[in-house]
Amino acid sequence: MEGLAFYALYYLAAAVLAVIVSQRIGLGSVVGYIAAGVLIGPVFQISVAGSGYLEQFSEFGIVMMLFLIGLEIDPDMVWRLRDKLIGLGGLQVVATIAAVAAAGVGLGLSWQQSLLFGFVAALSSTAIVLQTLEEKGLLRSDGGQASFAVLLFQDLAVIPMLACIPLIAGSGHASSSGHGGAALLADLPGWASAILTLAAVGVVVAAAHFLSRPVFRTIALLGLREVFTAAALLVVVGITVLMSAVGLSPALGAFLGGVVLANSEFKHELQNDIEPFKGLLLGLFFMTIGAKIDPETLLANWITVVAATLGLIAVKALVLFPLAWFFRVRGPAGWLFAFGLAQAGEFGFVLLTIAGDRGLLSPSIVSVSVLVITFSMVLTPLLFALSNRIVVMLERRGRHHRDADQPEKGTIILAGVGRFGQIVNRMLLANGHKPVVLDYRADVVDNVRKFGVKSFFGDAGRPDLLESAGLAHAALLIVAIDDKDRATEIVAYARRSNPGIQIIVRAYDRLHHYKLVDAGADHIIREVFDGSVQAAGIALESLGMHPYEVEKRKTVFIDQDTAGLARMATLVDGDVPAANNPEFIAGFNDIGKVIENAMMGYRSGYDEMVARGWNAPDAASIHVPRSAGPDRPS
Amino acid sequence: MRILVLFAHPAQRKSSINVAMAANAKSLEGVTFVDLYSEYPRFSIDVDREQRRLMEHDLIVFQFPVFWYSTPALLKQWQDLVLEYGFAYGPNGKMLAGKHALACVTTGGSRSDYAEDGGNRRVVEQFLYPLEQTATLCGMEYLPPFVLFSANHLDDDSAQQHIHSYPRLLTALRDDRFDLTGVRLLPSFGSSDLIELMRD
Ligand SMILES: Cc1cc2nc3c(=O)[nH]c(=O)nc-3n(C[C@H](O)[C@H](O)[C@H](O)COP(=O)(O)O)c2cc1C
Repeated sequence: MEGLAFYALYYLAAAVLAVIVSQRIGLGSVVGYIAAGVLIGPVFQISVAGSGYLEQFSEFGIVMMLFLIGLEIDPDMVWRLRDKLIGLGGLQVVATIAAVAAAGVGLGLSWQQSLLFGFVAALSSTAIVLQTLEEKGLLRSDGGQASFAVLLFQDLAVIPMLACIPLIAGSGHASSSGHGGAALLADLPGWASAILTLAAVGVVVAAAHFLSRPVFRTIALLGLREVFTAAALLVVVGITVLMSAVGLSPALGAFLGGVVLANSEFKHELQNDIEPFKGLLLGLFFMTIGAKIDPETLLANWITVVAATLGLIAVKALVLFPLAWFFRVRGPAGWLFAFGLAQAGEFGFVLLTIAGDRGLLSPSIVSVSVLVITFSMVLTPLLFALSNRIVVMLERRGRHHRDADQPEKGTIILAGVGRFGQIVNRMLLANGHKPVVLDYRADVVDNVRKFGVKSFFGDAGRPDLLESAGLAHAALLIVAIDDKDRATEIVAYARRSNPGIQIIVRAYDRLHHYKLVDAGADHIIREVFDGSVQAAGIALESLGMHPYEVEKRKTVFIDQDTAGLARMATLVDGDVPAANNPEFIAGFNDIGKVIENAMMGYRSGYDEMVARGWNAPDAASIHVPRSAGPDRPS
Repeated sequence: MRILVLFAHPAQRKSSINVAMAANAKSLEGVTFVDLYSEYPRFSIDVDREQRRLMEHDLIVFQFPVFWYSTPALLKQWQDLVLEYGFAYGPNGKMLAGKHALACVTTGGSRSDYAEDGGNRRVVEQFLYPLEQTATLCGMEYLPPFVLFSANHLDDDSAQQHIHSYPRLLTALRDDRFDLTGVRLLPSFGSSDLIELMRD
């Protein structure tokens, strides 16, 4: 117990500390975890390649991540990405293997070793890239989608690669490696193992499809939260065990399981339950990578390591960039894609370990290669930053050439043309106003270009993009993106950079509303409020209320709610975050006293406000003195 | 005659007379009943549809309580939007010509209030004059209004009498059993005049 607590203390402390520091200086959590790994390396003594228990444990992080990704996948998206998945992914893998293997042979390695290095280099880091894309909110952008498709293909490609190693290594007998050691299949003929492998995949799919629902329902009925969590973890662990047993990648199996469960009604529970485990275990995984940085090997071979790392990144980027261009992933998306995927990945460790066990590589080569992979992974955030830099630079240069494209004074900027922004855009266009549109999906951007709308492709949260859209001279900014934190940032930035601008922004909920007030928005539209009031009104009508009465009741309801919101907003103190403001918390649910009372059954106040007006006089006859005063009705 | 009733009352929860009258008119066969505040709670009147309705009927009945010596707001909006130039009036606007218009109103003021020497200093027809002239301009024949005075202070019997005479008036008009010549001689009429004006 003491030992465990000690390790946990070390792990958590290092993680918390390093991640905070790294986030603060803008490097993202991945670098933080890796740095924490370097810090704790000596304590855990996992600096040797292929260290066992902890690393395997942490690989659950990757498995869970792919499970979660699978849950998020809709078949439509995969279908849409099919040519990128197979074409771009396939060509990327083949071309990288070819380039690296040729270089290897050129450098005097044996063809087997060269091929193996080709395999290692062809794979990118699913964990780091997806985590980074998600953190930056770029997963759904064009570049993000292409990256995702290629990563998915690479994860699939690991299977034949693993199968190849014994072939190219000759029959040097395998010691048990812990990874992909197809223990169950070791003694079976090829066809039998193929059938068994397929059967295992079938079991995962069938179980997820047929068994999960009744099982989850039963557990849900029990009402025991933690049992549900346990069951969710059981799914992931079960898939891992089964897949490892037949020598398939557990990550891939988990991904499949996730896809099958994607349209189950328990999707969100599963997500919520696994998410925190994924986060921590993924962190642990990155830390084990950090811990692999062995100072001695590094010092002895630092020139080789640096040269090989830079060479690896260069080759990968050089393969990725033209391929991306060929598959119409161009401009900012292309740079993001080429640099984002230019590192080697976690499966590289697995391949190296097995190759070492098979005697294909000497232990010293393995540890140097591990360092190279590690460094390429550590450099990923820098690569992302680099791609961003290049995009910004190119845009600047481009703008000098195209002065005509400079937005005029008094423009409207519309950030985000998704479901919300699209309607705003249509309405503006229909009324003769052409906004400058920002969005990170190229198809959307192309779409609005048809109407002569000036559009900028990219993440609307990027200050430089806002500036190039003409923020400094714009009269109106409409923030219609669905990412609330980003929306708040944009508002705050825009207010600072152009104090006179009118800002209209889409709010996610009440709390977001207050944050936006804080950030300096002028008009805040709660995204579902109007629609919900509308639905409630139709409900009242369906229940037999007169439509005009419904209209009046809706109006009072909206007025009261909005007034409550405004009252609360005055309590928002720019310096004190809302969460620390007691007055604010006390009144947080001020949806208007009148409505609140009405909800509890005391409707007289509400009724009175609705019914005010059209009151007939009480007196039977209203007498007006003939001489004085204006006439009044009677 | 094909009858169209355009009913306007914005506070039907508070109505004691008009809603009861409307309920009786609604169920009449051969009478098209329109609750304007129900169809256009947001005042966005469908002009084409309203014009089509007008053309499909011979007698347009405006049923409303008198509010500030005038029609409720939506009925005014209806006039402003539906009676278009080129449709209802103007050299080519003859679509309503030859039709009849009838106002069926309730007032808070008593009969004696609506008199030259009463509290309101005019008879009720005079307050309805804008409606009358509107109908006339559109080439319609404006009939004397069907009025209920003191609508808020009626004993049960008089209230019931009015409520029941309203559908009888409408069916008589529908079946051409109503003495149009006789009614033209009156400035306005009420439920007590009906017996004399109905023929069988
Ligand atoms: C806003 C308002 C204005 C009114 N103005 C008048 C008026 O100008 N002259 C009048 O005689 N009665 C006036 N009244 C009384 C209404 O005509 C009377 O309440 C109505 O005809 C009763 O019908 P109901 O029970 O169907 O609502 C007014 C009533 C309200 C609510």
